[in-house]
Amino acid sequence: MAELDTYAALPGVLGVTEEKDEIVLQAARDSLPDLMRTLRDDPRFAFEQVMDICGADYPERPERFDVVYNLLSLTRNDRLRVIATTDGVAPVPSVSAVWPAATWWERETWDLYGVVFSGLADHRRILTDYGFEGHPLRKDFPLTGYVEVRYDEEQRRVVYEPVRLTQDFRSFDFLSPWEGMTTLPGDEKVARNNG
Amino acid sequence: MDTNTETGPQKRTVEIDSHTLNFGPQHPAAHGVLRLILEMDGEVVERADPHIGLLHRGTEKLIEYKTYVQAVPYFDRLDYVAPMAQEHAFALATEKLLGIEVPERGQWIRVLFAEISRILNHLLNVTTYALDVGAITPALWGFEEREILMEFHERASGARLHANYFRPGGVARDLPAGLMEDIAVWARGFPKFIDDLEGLLTENRIFKQRTVDIGHFTAEQAIAWGFSGPCLRASGVPWDLRRSRPYDTYAQVNFEIPVGRNGDCYDRYLMRILEMRQSLRIIEQALAAMKPGPVKVQDNKITPPKRGEMKRSMEALIHHFKLFTEGYHVPPGATYTVVEAPKGEFGVYLVSDGTNKPYRCKIRAPGFAHLQAIEAMGKGHMLADAVAIIGSLDVVFGEIDR
Repeated sequence: MAELDTYAALPGVLGVTEEKDEIVLQAARDSLPDLMRTLRDDPRFAFEQVMDICGADYPERPERFDVVYNLLSLTRNDRLRVIATTDGVAPVPSVSAVWPAATWWERETWDLYGVVFSGLADHRRILTDYGFEGHPLRKDFPLTGYVEVRYDEEQRRVVYEPVRLTQDFRSFDFLSPWEGMTTLPGDEKVARNNG
Repeated sequence: MDTNTETGPQKRTVEIDSHTLNFGPQHPAAHGVLRLILEMDGEVVERADPHIGLLHRGTEKLIEYKTYVQAVPYFDRLDYVAPMAQEHAFALATEKLLGIEVPERGQWIRVLFAEISRILNHLLNVTTYALDVGAITPALWGFEEREILMEFHERASGARLHANYFRPGGVARDLPAGLMEDIAVWARGFPKFIDDLEGLLTENRIFKQRTVDIGHFTAEQAIAWGFSGPCLRASGVPWDLRRSRPYDTYAQVNFEIPVGRNGDCYDRYLMRILEMRQSLRIIEQALAAMKPGPVKVQDNKITPPKRGEMKRSMEALIHHFKLFTEGYHVPPGATYTVVEAPKGEFGVYLVSDGTNKPYRCKIRAPGFAHLQAIEAMGKGHMLADAVAIIGSLDVVFGEIDR
């Protein structure tokens, strides 16, 4: 396993952490292709394969999206996670030139999160319906979505309609007052005075 | 074009007879709902553009709204051909975040059923693949054998297909009496079936004509395209997660990893046949090594108490109620945990924010990467070869579309 310092010395690396035997690299967005090329070609790292690219959404952050690359080294039997952030407007340089396999995963990240990739030859949606609007895995996208489809007997075609829920979506609050809530109802004044 | 720059006398018009063919999404050889747009030059494939997502159910989004216990059944529905292998990845990922270790018998049961899943998967793939290239009998035989294995599934978990058996913390319940003996009996007889199956296919002239040197992929190509599992090994890369990063009790079993040489459709078929034989070895060792004992973590904050206890103990009843309503809270963290699923590397990138629901659960399906390579693999082949290639890649749309 390459030392953490070796990773930290690479250009474009903002930080290295080790979490449950997994090494996580925070990388600057713009230096991604160069960094990935180094990680792939340098025999100290030799991460020949990208096994997965995905997004993650943290709406409370200024740069809300993570783009997570999971790399695998077959020769050194090692794994590495590289994380870059973006705000959904600034494009992330595509690594599809480094690994052709990245294309579909980047398309998927675009489809589900709306992260734009620069230099990606094929930037179509991949998993959602033809003509779908929105990016469903964003945290502000409702679980039930906005439209639903059904086959209309009279028009003899599939029609799109706004979602109608016959029953409200049940979302339970699992934060128990003993563990989760810091201020009990009626005790707000106490908390304010203490704080 | 400016014709003045033409110098030679051989000005000729090239007529391109290219037409586009819509393959699927309801074609039996598409192995599900694959819509493949093929640009053909005569009968030769020039471009292949798979349109996937027709079976997209938003599994990852749904999991974000479910507790960890409720998320497990979604994994059955990904690769529905070998459901337990998917649960395995999620169970391992959650256990890693929780920092718990499954008792030994639980681990052995998982190894046992992971290998049964592998045989289930390879049986379906090899036989339907043979069906795609013209052989009908293997499919009829193979499904009969699969039914026996599904009965084992049913006896262990109560369901033929969607088992919900591997849970974070162990397995749902211990094996019923007599199941281990029956699996042992079956495992002794199964090599005969593989021999029969091979007798139909391995040296079959038609089968070889349809598969040898079709869809050839070098090791470099396979690595660049993110291949894993039998498809990667067929290209000559000796890589198996059960060996390189053993999980559960895989470190204690003896087995060989078949590696191919040519990386064509025929080698991918051979890999699966040989892997079935190795799986049998693992099954036999697992059955021999299994000792009585607990099958799940003995912590009622994570695994439910016994039904009998619930009838007597108030505390057990509370635990049961809490577990199946609220679930357990997983400490914040992230992990990318992989298993060697029958189709290749099946990974779960699980992010926890400390609540009882996953914050993000990305599912890495091996078939996704394999299907992507179909254009690189099928270019210049005949249309009928495209069918052989799809069959040899072992795609199942439950996991690709998620």
